[in-house]
Amino acid sequence: MPENTVGEDTHRITTTVNGVTQESVVDSRLSLADFLRHRLRLTGTHVGCEHGVCGACTVHLDGAAVRSCLMFAVQADGHTVDTVEGLANGDELSPLQESFARHHALQCGFCTSGFLMSAAEALREGPVDTPERAREVLSGNLCRCTGYAGLVSAVVEASDGGEGRG
Amino acid sequence: MKPRAFAYHAPASVPEALALLAEHSHDAKVLAGGQSLVPLLNFRMSAPEHLIDVNRLPGLDTVVREAGGWRIPALVRQRTVERSLELAAAFPLLPAALAQVAHPQIRNRGTVCGSVAHGDPAAELPTVLTALGATMHVASTRGVRAVPADDFFLFHFTTALEPDELLVGVTLADLPPGTATGFAEFATRNGDFALAAVAGVVHRDDDGVVRSARLVAAGVAGTPVRLAAAEAALVGSALTPAALVAAQHAARGEVDPSGDIHAPGAYRKQLVGVLTRRVLTGLTRQGGVARAGEHGR
Ligand SMILES: Cc1cc2nc3c(=O)[nH]c(=O)nc-3n(C[C@H](O)[C@H](O)[C@H](O)COP(=O)(O)OP(=O)(O)OC[C@H]3O[C@@H](n4cnc5c(N)ncnc54)[C@H](O)[C@@H]3O)c2cc1C
Ligand code: FES
Ligand code: FES
Repeated sequence: MPENTVGEDTHRITTTVNGVTQESVVDSRLSLADFLRHRLRLTGTHVGCEHGVCGACTVHLDGAAVRSCLMFAVQADGHTVDTVEGLANGDELSPLQESFARHHALQCGFCTSGFLMSAAEALREGPVDTPERAREVLSGNLCRCTGYAGLVSAVVEASDGGEGRG
Repeated sequence: MKPRAFAYHAPASVPEALALLAEHSHDAKVLAGGQSLVPLLNFRMSAPEHLIDVNRLPGLDTVVREAGGWRIPALVRQRTVERSLELAAAFPLLPAALAQVAHPQIRNRGTVCGSVAHGDPAAELPTVLTALGATMHVASTRGVRAVPADDFFLFHFTTALEPDELLVGVTLADLPPGTATGFAEFATRNGDFALAAVAGVVHRDDDGVVRSARLVAAGVAGTPVRLAAAEAALVGSALTPAALVAAQHAARGEVDPSGDIHAPGAYRKQLVGVLTRRVLTGLTRQGGVARAGEHGR
């Protein structure tokens, strides 16, 4: 685990994560995903494949959904990162999160934060009000438990509700 | 899996980036969107000593209108191109192909130039840019050179780029009036690499007769492949059903793809013919010369 802050190639970075400014020292090779999980203890972002395929690590960088396993923490210097922990307003879930709960869009929950962050970006860009469009939006993330029917209904309903607060 | 330790550089100007590349060439890799390179680092299939992150180079992240065409500089994300109404109007092939490249989360980071520099033979952008006759602009401390797409892709993941060179941008000349374009791909899942794909750029005169054609296939060899026999079958025709069938057979006959875990070679060969036919059928539906003329600017 590249957790040490001593060594030849370390960098001082400033990021804004879920609205909070963070000053950190990171090794070059520390991924953004590991930075969020191990340093900031934001363990809602999950790490599955570490090569961009599963989507479990999806976060927003300056508002755009990206794979945090394919970025280094040092690259986030000066940027804004939002994670699944930032979706809810205190104890009040976002409409998208509530829709996930209502439609049983999760089982073990491993994939859930990635799906939420991908769907939140898509909903912010425009309606996702048909199952076809929802499948397209969800196609960049993998779930190994639920099957996708609940996910599709959850996103369509969140879109019909007119909100996908990201 | 974690990458091997490396020294990280984030040059703030192109000359600084080129100096770093000259200093470290064989031991260094350029890091652009990271969507191909970082998986290779995480798997340790690539373990450079130096990473030269070009993401902080200024002024390279938007498309530029130039005399007679467009420039896509090094840091233009695939998503930016896909959303550009002006580029879509000039080159409808670009959004058509980008819709098939991975997923939005990948295209938000991945750059057009990164895909070109990576040179994956199954990738959409190298094939489409070859069909459009793009020019790659390459810089190093030794100078700047322009390489036509036809000469740029050499082999699987191997391009004309030298280890100390940076791909600073890709330029595309406006298509003349009377040009119609199309793209067709077959992949097993949404966002997967193509089992095969075909891009077509066809120029017809006022009578609807094909004057020139560029047809290029992805996923069937070490580089994008010009379908020269299929192109020849079209020139002089009016894209009649007979001409389309002739092009389909020619295309199928001139590729010799090898098989892999995803599909046998014979299947891919068949696909190239079918996809060629689909592209050409799409062109005839573009309402002939009038609609096609919209592609010129
Ligand atoms: C899950 C997943 C699915 C994908 N599916 C597809 C797909 O269906 N089709 C497809 O085409 N691609 C696909 N990709 C790859 C994606 O399109 C990449 O974005 C692209 O191949 C590389 O662009 P990049 O900017 O991310 O480059 P990087 O990953 O940063 O770099 C790739 C290579 O090019 C070099 N390089 C990059 N920029 C330059 C430059 N300006 N000058 C010199 N060298 C440079 C790097 O050193 C490296 O060797 C997929 C990726 C993932 C993770
Ligand atoms: S862990 Fe990042 S995409 Fe799988
Ligand atoms: S709920 Fe278990 S992987 Fe999706």
